[in-house]
Amino acid sequence: MKRRNFISQILPAAVLPSLINGYSVRAMSPSPLLDAMMNLAAETDHVLVMIQMNGGNDGLNMVIPRDNYALYQNARSNIAIPESRILKLAGNDRTGLHPSMTGLQSLYNEGKLSIIQAVGYPTPNFSHFRATDIWMTASDSRQILNSGWAGRYLDESFPNYPTGYPNATMGDPPAIQIGSITSLTLQGPGASMGMSITSATSFYNLVNGMQDPAPNTPAGKELTHVRTVARQTTQFSTTIKAAAEKVTQQGTYPTGNALADQLKIVARLVKGGLKTRVYMVTIGGFDTHSVQVSATDTTTGNHANLMKNVSDAIKSFMDDLKGLGVQDRVLGMTFSEFGRRIKSNSSVGTDHGAAAPLFIFGSNVQPGVVGKNPDIPGNASVNDNIPHQYDYRSIYASLLQHWFCADNATLQAVMLKNFQQLPVVKNTACSNINPNILAGERLISNYPNPFTASTSVTFKTNGGHTLVQVMDTLGRVVTNLTDRDYAPGSYTLHFDSGNMPAGIYYLRLQNETMQQVKSMLKVR
Amino acid sequence: MDRRSFLNAGQQSVEQTSSPSIMRSMASGLQPYNGAWTKSEVIHLLKRTMFGASQKDITYFLSKGASAAVDELLNPVAPMPAPPLKNYTNTTTPATDADFSVAAGQTWVDTYTADGTVQSNRRTSFRSWWMGVMLNQDRSIREKMTLFWHNHFATEANDIGTARYVYKHHKLLRDNCLGNVKTLVRAMSIDPAMLTYLNGQLNTRTAPDENYARELQELFTLGKENDPNYTEDDVKTAARVLTGWRNDANKNASYFDATRHDTTDKVFSSFYGNRVIKGKTGAAAGDAELDELLDMIFSKSVEVSRYIVTRLYRWFVYYEIDAYTKANVIDPLAAKLRSGNWEVKPVLSMLLKSEHFHDALNQGCQIKSPVDMIVGLCREFDVIFPDATDHAVQYVHWNYVRNWGALMQQNIGDPPDVSGWKAYYQLPGFYGIWINSDTYPKRNQFSDTMAVSGYTASSKKIIIDHIAYAKTFTNPGDPNVLISDIADHMLQLPLSPTIRNQLKRDILLSGQDQDYYWTNAWNAHIANVADQTALRIVQKRLQDLIKYLMNLPEYQLA
Repeated sequence: MKRRNFISQILPAAVLPSLINGYSVRAMSPSPLLDAMMNLAAETDHVLVMIQMNGGNDGLNMVIPRDNYALYQNARSNIAIPESRILKLAGNDRTGLHPSMTGLQSLYNEGKLSIIQAVGYPTPNFSHFRATDIWMTASDSRQILNSGWAGRYLDESFPNYPTGYPNATMGDPPAIQIGSITSLTLQGPGASMGMSITSATSFYNLVNGMQDPAPNTPAGKELTHVRTVARQTTQFSTTIKAAAEKVTQQGTYPTGNALADQLKIVARLVKGGLKTRVYMVTIGGFDTHSVQVSATDTTTGNHANLMKNVSDAIKSFMDDLKGLGVQDRVLGMTFSEFGRRIKSNSSVGTDHGAAAPLFIFGSNVQPGVVGKNPDIPGNASVNDNIPHQYDYRSIYASLLQHWFCADNATLQAVMLKNFQQLPVVKNTACSNINPNILAGERLISNYPNPFTASTSVTFKTNGGHTLVQVMDTLGRVVTNLTDRDYAPGSYTLHFDSGNMPAGIYYLRLQNETMQQVKSMLKVR
Repeated sequence: MDRRSFLNAGQQSVEQTSSPSIMRSMASGLQPYNGAWTKSEVIHLLKRTMFGASQKDITYFLSKGASAAVDELLNPVAPMPAPPLKNYTNTTTPATDADFSVAAGQTWVDTYTADGTVQSNRRTSFRSWWMGVMLNQDRSIREKMTLFWHNHFATEANDIGTARYVYKHHKLLRDNCLGNVKTLVRAMSIDPAMLTYLNGQLNTRTAPDENYARELQELFTLGKENDPNYTEDDVKTAARVLTGWRNDANKNASYFDATRHDTTDKVFSSFYGNRVIKGKTGAAAGDAELDELLDMIFSKSVEVSRYIVTRLYRWFVYYEIDAYTKANVIDPLAAKLRSGNWEVKPVLSMLLKSEHFHDALNQGCQIKSPVDMIVGLCREFDVIFPDATDHAVQYVHWNYVRNWGALMQQNIGDPPDVSGWKAYYQLPGFYGIWINSDTYPKRNQFSDTMAVSGYTASSKKIIIDHIAYAKTFTNPGDPNVLISDIADHMLQLPLSPTIRNQLKRDILLSGQDQDYYWTNAWNAHIANVADQTALRIVQKRLQDLIKYLMNLPEYQLA
């Protein structure tokens, strides 16, 4: 099916009237009536949790083809999971899970897990670095983007962040990364939309929660002073701590499972009432070039432990969310920068590959398996890869539209082009939409937007040197609209796009120490 | 002790700085340092005597010994900087004003103006220019010492108003920054800017003004820590000695007006041995009585020398002075200042070449001043500013970084008051005063800006070139060596191997375990520097690493 046809068929479903308490209302068109009926409050805000499986996960040993098991076994006999040990999925006799994923098996059987087969993109890249950047920025294989897809989305919702934040509308960070480095995924066009924390109570820059002790010297004394102030002044530390402290009891999580530790923090902050939309957590170790499985029992070993950690962590997270009464607000997804080769290598491992399955979990998923098991050649060679059935950006686009209830303009601005919508989120999810309330003072804007040839750019300066640039999605400066001193006030400039190709552009305002970025769309 | 109680213990100790600290128990004196001369010692010396330790300067001084390096730092060979230029226009200037005769890009320091807007523009030009001089400093201690004296003889350009006075005063500081303390104090006493700032020009026999007379003793020479001390009457009497000095804005100079001078005898307290300065008349009276006054004050040579040396010590070493340091460092340096007839260079030489200066306890214990933070960052990362071909653009960029210093509470040219910046005298916080809930985030914002987006004006951009920076190290393709080299350059407290490994894994290896992923990425970039994808892969990771390290509290120490 052509993408256009697919979209035209699925779109009506998304805007079908639904019946709530006997009233017919249209989803996707928030109204005071709808708000009143749904008693919308902060706790209906939707949260997305992204689990990054770092290193390139061997999807073929995670979601295992039962309907062509012989070909699977033949291609990777030294690491193949025995047919009898594959975990079965209720109502699906074609596909199964790795034997250590009992937690995800039960989520699937409860209707809280969606499995999407062979997710990737055209002309896959096999470098960890480049492939990770591609997944995080939602770029084409050969396109370089400087912002992350979630960062672009959050920038649309919370314009000008961090200038003017926290404020009455948004007192919390738009995104939180559990870890030491904020991911490219959360990088907006102008600033990072995310904040990194390593625990629910420690907020400043620590590598994995570690910090060298201050020595018992004058330098140590000064360092302690700076650290104290650093801890006290980390943006949002007060609100995050307050949210965490509201939650005194949580469900049981496995020990010795770093992913579970991170998800436990996420559950606590969600329940604590943070309006944060996106959380990112990571688990490493998936770069299984050798000794992926135990030679004596392929259901055990490194990859089996990783599968168990992922599955146990997600299951305990879901159970905790349910116990905390916030499970309907949270959707999660897993991703890895690439899958691995169909054929295993002689080191009892697998090398860098292409497409791989991923999970979407939560009480609001459309459960089931999307797509079919990958084709496996009878005589798989070392160069054979799993081609993608679904573009990874279709997942993002579907989540944006059906979970974050983004309108078409936002979708276009974030994803930069149209992508297929996939049935991964329940159609009712966006009936509870809490419209994005723009927060922060808008210092630069343009009209009309979208525009065809030219548009008027209005900006507000505090005086002094003021620069307004137009940048493309690669971060290249297309033109400087102005670059001089101004008296404080609002000004309007004319931007003629000339022969520039249609697409997303960014207006960047720089006024002394302040900067803001705003997207605009050129259409034909 | 777990981290929490350790940090709590640290907080308590911050509140107790006035009591003797268990952490600082010095045992090193002024014996010449004869230990190792490695990068670590060079970086310590450069971070204290210049603004930041640039890679080129480290390499240069590594080839010298400790003693030769200090000699070179103390004996600048570079010419004094050319004066500030006209980087403003005359849109609102009255047509008769002389400032019209100054062409754009020419210096304004030789031309009188009566226009307030021109004065304001000139002061901005001066501050921007000064930032530029610091950014382009030569391999010497000159700029650190000029700022030292600015903090010592603190004046505010906005109060002084007349920009030519401001520049003249500033030039006096720089010209004498490594010279004679007494000569400098004398010049300050009749400097037009100082006469304006501390009301000396209003000080007449009929209406004496004590302002300068007080600060001359309390802040510029004796200090108020040396009790027993001069009396209130000594302040009033010294003010009468100093009556009669006035400014001539047209000539950009001060002069003595004998008709305003108090010609009666001036009798001082027992602190000064009941000294009498005979009242004099005539055109030479002002100079003669001033000389006698300064001779009298400097005759309290132990007090003056200890005070000046303590100020220098707090500028170059640390603020806390334990009994051992007082006896074995401060007092001998004070004796050196006296025996050298108030020459400052021999004192600096003795201090900077000493075991005490290189003592491990004295390393990394300064919280960078905002200027140190800003200029040091730009120099250590070799941020390229626009060149002199377009002075207007150059001044815009210099003024941009200068403004960050003001936001972080160190506005060069305009310290908070005549006492200078609190970090150098205010008990018990001292350097810690630089860091508060307002200034600390701004430090991070500045370093983030320079690491990520940079600043653009007139199509010229200042930003850290992360790849060029990595290339200054010996083996940027090896992630272990690279992280160690960068951390050793940026941070004065060593990062533990555990943290270095974690940073390597989290940032340079994007979470992977194999070092060759970074090596391959680096080599791919080197093999084809035009390849934008390969470039971006290493650039993004280096940027994340450097930004991360600059956000560490450790980065605030020098």
